[in-house]
Amino acid sequence: MVPVSYYFALSAILFALGALGVLVRRNAIIIFMSIELMLNAANLLFVAFARSYGSLNGQIYVFFVIAVAAAEVAVGLALIVAIFRTKKSIDIDEISSLKG
Amino acid sequence: MTIDLWLFFGLAAVAVGAAVAMLLSRNAVYAALFLILNFATVAIFFLLLGAPFIAMAQVTVYAGAIMVLFLFVIMLLGAEQIQSRHRGGWQRPLAILLALVLLIETSYLIFGRGEASGLIQPVDANYASPQAIGESLFTDFLLPFEVTSVLLLVAMVGVIVLTKEERKKLS
Repeated sequence: MVPVSYYFALSAILFALGALGVLVRRNAIIIFMSIELMLNAANLLFVAFARSYGSLNGQIYVFFVIAVAAAEVAVGLALIVAIFRTKKSIDIDEISSLKG
Repeated sequence: MTIDLWLFFGLAAVAVGAAVAMLLSRNAVYAALFLILNFATVAIFFLLLGAPFIAMAQVTVYAGAIMVLFLFVIMLLGAEQIQSRHRGGWQRPLAILLALVLLIETSYLIFGRGEASGLIQPVDANYASPQAIGESLFTDFLLPFEVTSVLLLVAMVGVIVLTKEERKKLS
């Protein structure tokens, strides 16, 4: 069988890649996808811990995280569409109207 | 090496490679497709960890509904080829450094506590069956379940309001 720690390491790598994507990319949609990647890495860690402790609660939490992520994606993409309609751009460096 | 380890390392290489390709691809549609590949491999990991219900929810909700929404918005906006005009010279090395620090910190927190040892123990066949998940969901987690339904309703109303207001202004 595979050691559980391998799953932890994979989850940490995926989470760091998602954080890197948020910091490096300037396209708002790609940043949003990187956030989904981070949520997914956290889900993998939840399921791995649930398996290693023989408990079911971790999987229930993942179910709720998936439901909340669906709501979050719908609202976030609606915001991106609204921003694109007014600014004609989704480059986050262009969205600086609040900068003093 | 057993076949389990080969399967794990092959799938892990696909998952990490898809994530890196998503970060590097210039075209937003390719990025979305690589993310779908990543979600599918993570769903297989869920299956390997004995979570068939979560794996199916991952495929239908994440790789299905959410990514279709992403692709729909990318094509609606025509945003697949948008290039950044700012290169952000000093930000990129700093971002890579910070991501490395984050990786080291999470690895230390996970592995430094000594809980990460041991192989995956075999569980009985009823662990995480849809019936067990449903029983837990409707007894111990009934209140979060209902709150989630309200949250989904609020998100739906919010999205309609967000997009409808713009349409009123334009016409």
